[in-house]
Amino acid sequence: MVATAAREIRDGDVVFVGMRLPLIAFVVAKHTHAPDAVGVFENGILRSTPARELLFTMSDGPNITGALSCLSMLECMALLQRGRVSLGFLGAAEVDRRGNLNSTEVRDASGKAIRLPGSGGACDIAALAKRFVALLDHQRFRLPEKVHYVTSPGFGPWRAGRLAQGGPAAVITTKAVLRFSAGGEAYLHSYHPGTTVQDVLANTGWDLQVSPEVRETKPPTRQELRAIRAYDRDGFWTR
Amino acid sequence: MTEKLCALQEAVARFVPDGASVALGLQLESMIPFAAGHEIIRQGKRDLALVGPISDILLDQLIGAGCAKRVTAAWVGNVMMGSAYNFRRAIEDGIPHAVEMVDHTNFTLALALHAGALGVPFLPTYTAGGSSVIARNPGLAEFEAPFTGEKMQAVRAISPDVTIVQAQRSDASGNAHVWGNLGVLPDAVHAAKHVIVVAEEIVSAKVIASDPNRTVIPGFLVSAVAEVPFGAHPSPVQGYYNRDNEYFGEYHKATRTRAQFERWLKEWVTCLKGREEYLSRLGNDRVQSLKVRKHAWSARADFGN
Repeated sequence: MVATAAREIRDGDVVFVGMRLPLIAFVVAKHTHAPDAVGVFENGILRSTPARELLFTMSDGPNITGALSCLSMLECMALLQRGRVSLGFLGAAEVDRRGNLNSTEVRDASGKAIRLPGSGGACDIAALAKRFVALLDHQRFRLPEKVHYVTSPGFGPWRAGRLAQGGPAAVITTKAVLRFSAGGEAYLHSYHPGTTVQDVLANTGWDLQVSPEVRETKPPTRQELRAIRAYDRDGFWTR
Repeated sequence: MTEKLCALQEAVARFVPDGASVALGLQLESMIPFAAGHEIIRQGKRDLALVGPISDILLDQLIGAGCAKRVTAAWVGNVMMGSAYNFRRAIEDGIPHAVEMVDHTNFTLALALHAGALGVPFLPTYTAGGSSVIARNPGLAEFEAPFTGEKMQAVRAISPDVTIVQAQRSDASGNAHVWGNLGVLPDAVHAAKHVIVVAEEIVSAKVIASDPNRTVIPGFLVSAVAEVPFGAHPSPVQGYYNRDNEYFGEYHKATRTRAQFERWLKEWVTCLKGREEYLSRLGNDRVQSLKVRKHAWSARADFGN
């Protein structure tokens, strides 16, 4: 999942890197195919080189040492709103068929509200980056037809004016890569080695469209695996 | 110059009254004023309206200790581990009592403080369009922009009663140097009615004046300064100590149930007099292991003329 996420970063991209797994996807991309990508972190950090040591949070010491710039959050968010961020990365607890993400509140089987941490910068990234990529643990309950709390907006009537510039480019799950049609609906683009189209469909909460060109996701290359293992030695993020 | 240097206990007693709105944890995961938060808990402050983008597990501790009436934040949890249990218990089940949650995004919270700092009632933005955040926050409203007619969100200003900041070094008047990521610190300082600076070390006014670009906090906005080495542990302070990652994992495991949390709170906060006792509880080996391993000094800048 991390290698597939890293491939979404194009060389030269200005990438808004969210907390947790995106931190490592950025480092892998920098070490492989996107040496000229620039990372924007909402705590105020800009980086043009990957952090030397594993990060547990974006404010850890190694992300500050050797940074391109240490600014305020407002200045990083300004880059995002001004349209200078080509790609944003975020995690979520739920994703729906229109690419809306929920990381604020879900319901358990009895209908009781379960409180999650909330947006952080996720809503801002989803609304304002030119494209965004979401990472998700693929389970049926995490892929409902419609999320009941939209933390981070996908496609919908609000994608007009300034927000028309953005939207989800991909949802990378532990089983598959979903992409979006021109009409803003998710479809199955590829399934990871070890799973099948049927398995993905059975674990998705709506009638997921399948691309006629659906194929297996390209497995991680030796170079990508080396970059992941050199960085996350103890497997905290990628076990 | 007014002398503002005092003990942390005194700063909290004087400038954090019950019912106050308190901004803290302004640089996201680093430099979170845990020592000040623990002092707020020890003094039994009640009905606080907590404001901060994230604050990692400090918000969870203040909520679990019963200090909070309202939380205005973008994200509440344990950044490394995921959810935080006191926050969940308070919101889902009203334990130890119900807490009102006002959802923000990082950007809308930054704008709210920026509006407070600018002295204007609101600021416009495109973010949050299409999200449910607007419905959960009375301080966000859609409006039609003048000049262009676009639909935008208005973010209402926030001016905290008190902002608590952790700084690397300060002089006795509260002129403080901060380096590394700044988060929403500059605006939270300028927007607040009072500012408490908790510094790793107090240095002479001459040291601070030698590098004015690093003086992110001007002393005339500051009400009190306290010197508290390791005051941000377990969060990191660049140039002083690293993040204690294990502590965040241990906290996660030790606070799953209310009874477990009550034990944790006694052990790490209420049974201790202050930060010195906290550090001896942590143990010298652990404290030493977190200190800077490899220095990376900046080049000197010539401020001469």
